[in-house]
Amino acid sequence: MSPHLILRVVAKLLIPLIVVFGFYVQFHGEYGPGGGFQAGVIIAVAVILYALIFGIDAARRTVPPVAVRFGAALGVLIFAGVGIATLFMNGAGEPLNYLDYDALHPDQGHHTGQHYGIILIEIGVLTTVSSVMLAIFYAFAGRVPDIPDEEW
Amino acid sequence: MNHADLTQYLDYLLIAMLLAVGFAIVRLRNLFAVVMLTGVYSLLCAAWFVSLDAVDVAFTEAAVGAGISTVLMLGAMLLTARESEPAGAGRHWAAFAVVAAAGAALFFAIPDMPVYGDPESPANAYVGRDYLEQVPHDISIPNVVTAVLSSYRGFDTLGEVVVVFSAALGVMLLLGFGTGARRREEEED
Repeated sequence: MSPHLILRVVAKLLIPLIVVFGFYVQFHGEYGPGGGFQAGVIIAVAVILYALIFGIDAARRTVPPVAVRFGAALGVLIFAGVGIATLFMNGAGEPLNYLDYDALHPDQGHHTGQHYGIILIEIGVLTTVSSVMLAIFYAFAGRVPDIPDEEW
Repeated sequence: MNHADLTQYLDYLLIAMLLAVGFAIVRLRNLFAVVMLTGVYSLLCAAWFVSLDAVDVAFTEAAVGAGISTVLMLGAMLLTARESEPAGAGRHWAAFAVVAAAGAALFFAIPDMPVYGDPESPANAYVGRDYLEQVPHDISIPNVVTAVLSSYRGFDTLGEVVVVFSAALGVMLLLGFGTGARRREEEED
């Protein structure tokens, strides 16, 4: 029988719920509290919980450090890229401004461009924040040898 | 006003607990206990922010302060000692003088603070009111905090994301990519 069985079973139940809650916070940020920062942290916490219970190597196989480093930069590029896209898309025929989301969609009455822009940059924030939290965790945890099962 | 009277006792209780946890953190030597108590401190802060109707801030404090910081501080603690060194007695008095002076200045400033919930206070008047009035016309999303963060202050938020990214860069440059120690162990085998 594997050690700390209860922890493993509870973690297996909790991790999917944590991830779903993270995405809820992400995509519900326009209506309730939350947004990319909080959702990114919550999703990183799900992976960190997995690493704490099942070992850092299992977590590294699931979410490779290469992907984490790539994601940290990708999120910043998505955010900055939305700003550059607004410079080149002139849907409204108004003066062009960096990160002026109104340029993203011609429908000004319902502010569709604003909605697109906020969703896009929040995805960028989510990618960077979750990757950065995991990268920092991997950097710290990777230097400490795993605690043997009998020392729990 | 009965409602406000009741919640203010909750605020006093939370602030008293914050003080108690703060003193415990200062007194304790065991770093593991200190790290766990800083997590408790953040959680109490988050509860207090909810009581002040600042749910977005409370959410961030609970997720970042009580959640991920505690894990990262535990990871950092494993790389150092488990107990803190006792500080010299001379430094105690210098620190106490600085804290007492700063505390006295804060108490001196209390009469200038606006009343709690005052709609005419600088934080609620001017831009704050403008945002509340303009968001339905400019952005038309219900959460004003998200509208301010992502749209009105989008450039600031981009700066924050870059700051978070540079934090990861700094940690990775200092500690490596989390593979160095392991690789060295394998080479020694």
